[in-house]
Amino acid sequence: MTTVTDAPPPKAPAGEDAPARGPRKRGRLVPYWLLLPGILWLLVFFALPLVYQASTSVQTGSLEEGFKVTWHFATYWEALTDYWPQFLRSVLYAGAATVLCLLLGYPLAYLIAFRAGRWRNVILVLVIAPFFTSFLIRTLAWKTILADGGPVVDALNSLHVLDVTSWLGVTAGDRVLATPLAVICGLTYNFLPFMILPLYTSLERIDGRLHEAAGDLYAKPSTTFRKVTFPLSMPGVVSGTLLTFIPAAGDYVNADLLGSTDTRMVGNVIQTQFLRILDYPTAAALSFILMAAILFMVTFYIRKSGTEDLV
Amino acid sequence: MAAFFRWLRRNLVVIAGLFTLGYLLLPNVVVTVFSFNKPKGRFNYSWQEFSLDAWKDPCGVADMCGSLSLSLQIAAWATIGATVLGTMIAFALVRYRFRARGAINSLIFLPMAMPEVVMAASLLTLFLNMGAQLGFWTVLIAHIMFCLSFVVTAVKARVMSMDPRLEQAAQDLYAGPVQTFLRVTLPIAAPGIAAGALLAFALSFDDFIITNFNAGSTVTFPMFVWGSAQRGTPVQINVIGTAMFLVAVLLVLAGMLVGRRRNKQAK
Amino acid sequence: MTSAQETGGDVRLTGISKTYGSFTAVHPLDLTVPQGSFFALLGASGCGKTTTLRMIAGLEEPSSGTVHLGDQDVTALPPYKRPVNTVFQSYALFPHLDIFENVAFGLRRRGIKSVKNQVGDMLDLVQLGEQARKKPHQLSGGQQQRVAVARALINHPKVLLLDEPLGALDLKLRRQMQLELKRIQTEVGITFVHVTHDQEEAMTMADTVAVMNGGRVEQLGAPADLYENPRTTFVANFLGTSNFIEAEIQAGAARSGDDLVLKAGDCKLTLPAARCGGPATTGGKVLVGVRPEKISLTHADDAGQIPEGRNRITGRIADSSFIGVSTQYVVHSPVCPSFEVYAQNVERDTRLVPGAEVVLHWNPAHTFGLDAAQSLLAGTTGSAGVEKVEEDASA
Repeated sequence: MTTVTDAPPPKAPAGEDAPARGPRKRGRLVPYWLLLPGILWLLVFFALPLVYQASTSVQTGSLEEGFKVTWHFATYWEALTDYWPQFLRSVLYAGAATVLCLLLGYPLAYLIAFRAGRWRNVILVLVIAPFFTSFLIRTLAWKTILADGGPVVDALNSLHVLDVTSWLGVTAGDRVLATPLAVICGLTYNFLPFMILPLYTSLERIDGRLHEAAGDLYAKPSTTFRKVTFPLSMPGVVSGTLLTFIPAAGDYVNADLLGSTDTRMVGNVIQTQFLRILDYPTAAALSFILMAAILFMVTFYIRKSGTEDLV
Repeated sequence: MAAFFRWLRRNLVVIAGLFTLGYLLLPNVVVTVFSFNKPKGRFNYSWQEFSLDAWKDPCGVADMCGSLSLSLQIAAWATIGATVLGTMIAFALVRYRFRARGAINSLIFLPMAMPEVVMAASLLTLFLNMGAQLGFWTVLIAHIMFCLSFVVTAVKARVMSMDPRLEQAAQDLYAGPVQTFLRVTLPIAAPGIAAGALLAFALSFDDFIITNFNAGSTVTFPMFVWGSAQRGTPVQINVIGTAMFLVAVLLVLAGMLVGRRRNKQAK
Repeated sequence: MTSAQETGGDVRLTGISKTYGSFTAVHPLDLTVPQGSFFALLGASGCGKTTTLRMIAGLEEPSSGTVHLGDQDVTALPPYKRPVNTVFQSYALFPHLDIFENVAFGLRRRGIKSVKNQVGDMLDLVQLGEQARKKPHQLSGGQQQRVAVARALINHPKVLLLDEPLGALDLKLRRQMQLELKRIQTEVGITFVHVTHDQEEAMTMADTVAVMNGGRVEQLGAPADLYENPRTTFVANFLGTSNFIEAEIQAGAARSGDDLVLKAGDCKLTLPAARCGGPATTGGKVLVGVRPEKISLTHADDAGQIPEGRNRITGRIADSSFIGVSTQYVVHSPVCPSFEVYAQNVERDTRLVPGAEVVLHWNPAHTFGLDAAQSLLAGTTGSAGVEKVEEDASA
């Protein structure tokens, strides 16, 4: 016999109920055990160091006598007044490299996503494979490519490109090496894959039928791109620009290998202060300012582009 | 002529894309070509004459192969550490509800949004304050730290796209929690975990900035290259660079071929 | 079969409920599914039917109440310790294992070594012997569905739970699989609990149907009983189509076998007292319901030929559509704005066209009465039956 009635509302579970479910409730702790080691690692070796660094930045003293916390905030002011050109350069070079990465990377990402056909995987491999050659070796190769009197520089010279860039102040004379252009070129090259891969991921998700639908609704190919494709690839654009700008702003390898003393970026200063001059408070203050500036810009940028779900 | 312009307009994006690809690959071509160079003087920046010397004697430079093997060791351990810890976090994030979720997400996102030089400098401050001996262990700790977030992201993406009903089906078919994890969850999440591990290996092996700050007198391969950029670049560096590029491409191509054949067999 | 086995497959839910925060998915409910029956939980999405199923499977922990399988209390048992198997919605076949290993999964987990013959037999039962070494994504939807059934049945569960098992199949295949599942159930004799939002599917397959709405069981019974004697407007509308007339009781019945006399507008209607779900007292308001196919349509000119003793309503045909087996009319009447009438296409009266004055009449025994204090539209496509529309569109 099959019966159905609405039972009265249950009373609070009595003693018989709780022990029966005991073994299954123990599972509630599982996520914490899973998280514990990794989060602890990040807390001790990522978050805690930032605290130490903050404290170092307000210390005074010398290497011989040791450093003490004296709440000497003037270090920040001195660091900024002494090194504002390097800060400015970091932002400008990284910004230029990011824009170039977007301009260069978008067509390639688009090509892989929509036009590559059976070559798709091959091109993807070719984008990723350079990673496996140490980036320092590849950056040194630019020294050869951009060498004075080399074919690239000669070609740029005869096309009068270098006249334009000299006028813009990013090259000097008929040299490319040891100029801002070389540094920007190196930064662009180094972080280009970090732009292409997120762009590709977001483009690849776009349903090809949307293009047909847009065309069916009287959109020219260029309009389709502006009104459909590009807006839908925004998550890729945002994460790509972030993944390019952030490491580029803190980089000192390109400025060191391809630039000159006139192209030093804030990363170079931090590196020198920390590892050569051993002025820890100044280095810590610089590093802190860089971090704060980047976090501020990133937050602002993410808000502005409305892709907060990215995080 | 009009037809040519029409063709050009239709294929503009292809041409631009291939130009970018060329830009990306040009340095690798240069690295490869110059691995057959016989430079005059200490630096290998301009072409002199063809030679196989460096290929015949890749370890002919003092300390280079030692630094290479150190880098491989560190990368291997860092990959294992970051993959295990990162996979655990990723599963916890996707599969469970718990407190402080937002804070934990930020803690995982921040290392990726932080310039390397900041992490490098602050970590060095910690080690100096603790009086830690800089070397293999400090580098390994640092590498696991910054690889962790990338592994979490890669594994999370895979686990999120996994139908939770698959695990429920396993449970329904008499697989306990451990069996469910080993027989169903892990095999299905494997591509994500492998991607995370590969990324961790590449990041660790190629890392310079954080290593430079925290290695003390220990020399990894990127640090050896950096040093040689100041003292003189041996051709052997290009040999190693070329060999790694080729090995990577061949491994990936082989993997693709095997995958394709397996698909064909199954059909 | 021993008597122990006969009750071993009973599913007994006692006061079982599920709440998520402040939302109650399933209100405390008592339900017994007897051994060997084909039981359907029918309702629109979000009515609590799947939650109920998952609590039987152990995939959802009930907020209160107990689940018994036969005499065994399984409330605290995790899914992998319950002698119950599930055919999941969209199947949840393991994509990394081939068909053979998918089917063998449960046997292997229980430590059975020689699975080859059993799996082979089971695959033959569902006609997939040839496909054993293929991966799930290489099979068609119907084949995947059969693998899911085989994977569950091979474990000889006491109860087989099916969560919208046919939802992903197209209409024709669905009809075919309905018969196939029914055949398998008869063959293996296992208790089937089937969750669906498709009323036709539930009525075709199940011995007993429980119609759920808003986390409660609205009515439970054999399909024909539910259809003929719905006790709420939700059930009346969710299972097929019903016409409703608001009426007032003029004369109550002395005995339960008697008829009630009702007044709706100018019409007098009779309703067997036993079929009245509302208050049967004089002056009480009742919704009089009648199914469209029970009604006969006669042109007003021939009204005199209608036999005595039938309920009658006058109206004018507003619309008619010919659909092959029958013609469906919509009739405007003072007591009900749009009355639906399905007439078999046996002898068509050519005068029955839109605009024609007609008399609707039916046997009072086919009338049912419901409490007037409920929405006429409950269970129609406008409120809870949204899924039916989507389904028709995809089919």
